[in-house]
Amino acid sequence: MAADKDHPASFQRRSIIKAMATGGVVLAGGGVFPGILRAQADNIRVGLPIPLTGPFVNEARAVQRGAELAVKEFNAAGGMAGRMAELLVRDDKLNPQEAVTRTIELIEKDRAHFIVGSVSSAVQLSVNNATKQRKVIYNSVSQSDTINEAKDWSKYTFHECLNPHMTAGAVARYAFPKFGKRVVFLTADYAYGHEMVRGFQTVGKAMGIEVLADIRHPLGQTDFSSYFPKILALKPDVLVVCNFGRDQAISFRQAADFGLKKQMKIIAPLLIHSGRMVDGHDVYADIIGGTGYYWGLEDTVPSAKRFNDAFRAANGGTYPTDYAGLGYVGVRGVLAAAKAANSTDSDKVSDALRAIKGDFYKGPTYYRACDHQSVQSMLIVESKPAAQAKNKEDIFNILAIENFDESKLRSCKELGHA
Amino acid sequence: MSTIATDEHAPTLKFESVERHRVLATILALAVFPLLMPFHALATNILLFGLFAAGYNLTFGYTGKLSFGHAAFYGTGAYACGILISQYGVHWSLAIAAGVTLGGLTAFVMGLLAIRTRGIYFAMVTLALAQCVYFIGFHATSLTGGDNGLRGVNVPAISIGPISIDLLQPFTRYYFMLTFVAFAVWLLSRILNSPFGAVLEAIRENEQRARASGFNIERAKLLSFVLSGLFCGLAGALTAINLSTVGIDIISYHTSGQVMMVTLLGGMGTFFGPFVGAGTFLAMEHVVTAFTERWQLIVGLMFMGLVLFFPKGIWGTILEWVKK
Amino acid sequence: MELSFSLLVQQLFIGLALGSIYVLIGVGLSLIFGLLTVVNFAHGAFYMVGAYVAVYIFEKTGNFWACLVLVPLAVGALGLATERWLVRPLYGRGLDYPLLLTFGLAYVLVDSVRMIFGVQGEHFSTPELLQGTVDMGFGPFPIYRIFLVGLCATLLLALWLFIEKTRLGLIVRAGSRDPLVLKVLGIDVDRVWLLIFGIGTALAGLAGLLAAPLRGVNPEMGGPVLIEAFVITVIGGMGSLVGAIVAGLLVGVVVAMTTLFQPELAELSIFALMALVLIVRPNGLFGREGLMS
Repeated sequence: MAADKDHPASFQRRSIIKAMATGGVVLAGGGVFPGILRAQADNIRVGLPIPLTGPFVNEARAVQRGAELAVKEFNAAGGMAGRMAELLVRDDKLNPQEAVTRTIELIEKDRAHFIVGSVSSAVQLSVNNATKQRKVIYNSVSQSDTINEAKDWSKYTFHECLNPHMTAGAVARYAFPKFGKRVVFLTADYAYGHEMVRGFQTVGKAMGIEVLADIRHPLGQTDFSSYFPKILALKPDVLVVCNFGRDQAISFRQAADFGLKKQMKIIAPLLIHSGRMVDGHDVYADIIGGTGYYWGLEDTVPSAKRFNDAFRAANGGTYPTDYAGLGYVGVRGVLAAAKAANSTDSDKVSDALRAIKGDFYKGPTYYRACDHQSVQSMLIVESKPAAQAKNKEDIFNILAIENFDESKLRSCKELGHA
Repeated sequence: MSTIATDEHAPTLKFESVERHRVLATILALAVFPLLMPFHALATNILLFGLFAAGYNLTFGYTGKLSFGHAAFYGTGAYACGILISQYGVHWSLAIAAGVTLGGLTAFVMGLLAIRTRGIYFAMVTLALAQCVYFIGFHATSLTGGDNGLRGVNVPAISIGPISIDLLQPFTRYYFMLTFVAFAVWLLSRILNSPFGAVLEAIRENEQRARASGFNIERAKLLSFVLSGLFCGLAGALTAINLSTVGIDIISYHTSGQVMMVTLLGGMGTFFGPFVGAGTFLAMEHVVTAFTERWQLIVGLMFMGLVLFFPKGIWGTILEWVKK
Repeated sequence: MELSFSLLVQQLFIGLALGSIYVLIGVGLSLIFGLLTVVNFAHGAFYMVGAYVAVYIFEKTGNFWACLVLVPLAVGALGLATERWLVRPLYGRGLDYPLLLTFGLAYVLVDSVRMIFGVQGEHFSTPELLQGTVDMGFGPFPIYRIFLVGLCATLLLALWLFIEKTRLGLIVRAGSRDPLVLKVLGIDVDRVWLLIFGIGTALAGLAGLLAAPLRGVNPEMGGPVLIEAFVITVIGGMGSLVGAIVAGLLVGVVVAMTTLFQPELAELSIFALMALVLIVRPNGLFGREGLMS
């Protein structure tokens, strides 16, 4: 892999900086940079660009904690024949341009061997474009249907997270038969929202649902009141709210204010852990949605129990959220593959990662050969009232578990793979 | 080195000679610059954002109009170049030319609508019109990729005659970009030194008097706006190639706000100030984020201190100091 | 779908109620903007601080009505300090410097709140007395939003009486036209400016508190608000109270109607409206010629 080779330019630069430092030359804004930040030379370096500032900071923090646990466990187990792993966390500011710059920085300056991360559809695609060009493995831990499509995908692209097609499909299979076939969509007007709607409609069509309206709202909407009269007038059985983060919390809360919950069932592709934690049961009550991981899984899945315990020990007793799980397994998988290949070479690790079939934290998972989509289970959950909760982090009831097989994924051919 | 300098009566002889060769001095400074940076991707970002700010400075610093819509020119430049390369396989040189043209064209249309308003109202019209451009970019998904962004603006290597240049090599990429920036800097200097540059300065100093002197103010302002759009379009086109992707955020008002801040930071109405501003802002952000997630706090405090104590910006203050 | 008359009426009503929130958000900015010619980029941050102060006071007292009194006072005090020590040295230096300063201040406030309260955001419940809905004849409507409309109207009336009917108000109006006259008359202009800035920021803080039960509380909540407030102020015309009210309601109705017919255009409609107004009337609907140009 390119990053392991000597870079003449970099050595030239380093010596110049050294010369400058000894000469005491300081130029406006330029020359002063902390040498201590330079990564250790022989470590296995995993770059983690995540939005440490901005609205998804809760998710980003969770990813980081999970990733840190994975690195800690890897090192405690002796690393890769003695080579230790090292995590390099960078703020992508939830901005694709910034994320690309950070990624290039991680590869060029910090000599990162692998990149894991991102909590946004747009950011992961940009990062993937940069890693693909530089032949560096990238394991994305946020939702996107697009990244697996042949146009964006490469041998070095892995998608750890569930994708909208899987998520929406699972919720649709659970909810439409139970709550009714007359459906209104309220969707954040961006790729994530559109892909979720497509997922619901693909499965829904086979079940004979009737779509009364597909209402799009701008991203970052702060007031939904003007959307409700029309939705109420349409009298649907089910309102599918396809948005994320604070949009989700605000729309749930205001929908309850306007009495929508009394007239229809509200479902969502994903129920956001951090949103439910901050806003409490009342806002999320009676709403059904999916999640990739919930710690309550430990009652039935031993690997979840092990992961929860390790995570709690490392994080002052806090239970891991879905994104903590993604950060953990995203990094753990890549490191396990490096160990299996006994190399950091992108091609070798890519082959090794594709071959791994493991049970890291939620039951068996593996990457589909054609597009490196992680095939895994998914949970259908609803908010748990405080009265029933075991502790303050006990926020969901698991209603059902969907175990995916490849037939429920979009086919390799559909994605444009040969 | 700036229009401020022309107000000074007795600059030192030595500095005057640097000033006379401001293009050469700027290019030299930019050529040495990446050697001082921790990694070249950052240097390239600074170079291109500096060019964007220099283009913005033509409207803001030299014509005295506060625009909040320059992200539109930067963004359309980036998209035009990016779309032509990634979707139509057009040669990179033509794609860059298209980016420059579209940046200027967008400025022309926005200028026609906005140039009549003044002061903060001008800022708001340009903001509103830029938001309309953002909206178009966001929804023209088949062309721009919408919210997912445009990927695949990949120009891994270019060949000029027998020489092949590897653009994935960060060092090479910087100097490839620098050739365009050097040309732009030279052109900018020519514009500012021309009689037209003098008209702009007259407008900034006193619009009424400039009008009374018989200049066609509206046309001069529009022309300056369009020229500014061309430079910003070039910066955008080069940015698309630099990062190989274009995100829709490039047209957001954050970008417009940032370029204004960078220009003020460096010193509005100074020739080299925008580059100094871009360098300081981006490099500092880089350093601060490495130490602490509290970078916004530090950047905020820095801005406040700058406004209160060094209102001419970094380069403006240095110029003042040198000429004392 | 069928467009019934009652749906249209309902949408109009929702638009007006939404508009009153916009007015609330915009009026503080407009006041400072119009009278002090200070472009307060920290308006959204003061709004956010108001919401967090409310969270803190509610935690201590458990009383929404105490928040209603204390939040404007606390945020107003912060505003006074800002004017006295940060903005005052910049008067007479043009538009750009106060703008840049308050831009920096916004960063500082947002990050400070992150440091104190954390990044995750906070929940703020609707006061119990104002929970639930009432049937307006065309459908259910939350009581809290009706309360907001009433409060907004009361507040604006009080503000109007202050500016039009009190001696201090007279000074403010005179000062906004020609500060020199006040100085000649021996009036302490600095104190007037201080007061206006304090009131403007107190209103921003109050808006933050009132929005908290609708929108939740988080460090980034001020971002979109800043833009909304600017749009309202500019459409109405700077320094015009009537302008801010008309613009706020107009924007509310335009948003509501766009949402009904073409929801994906809702966000754009605000900006399209602003561009249109300014192209036809370069000083906004009720703005005066020459101010801030």
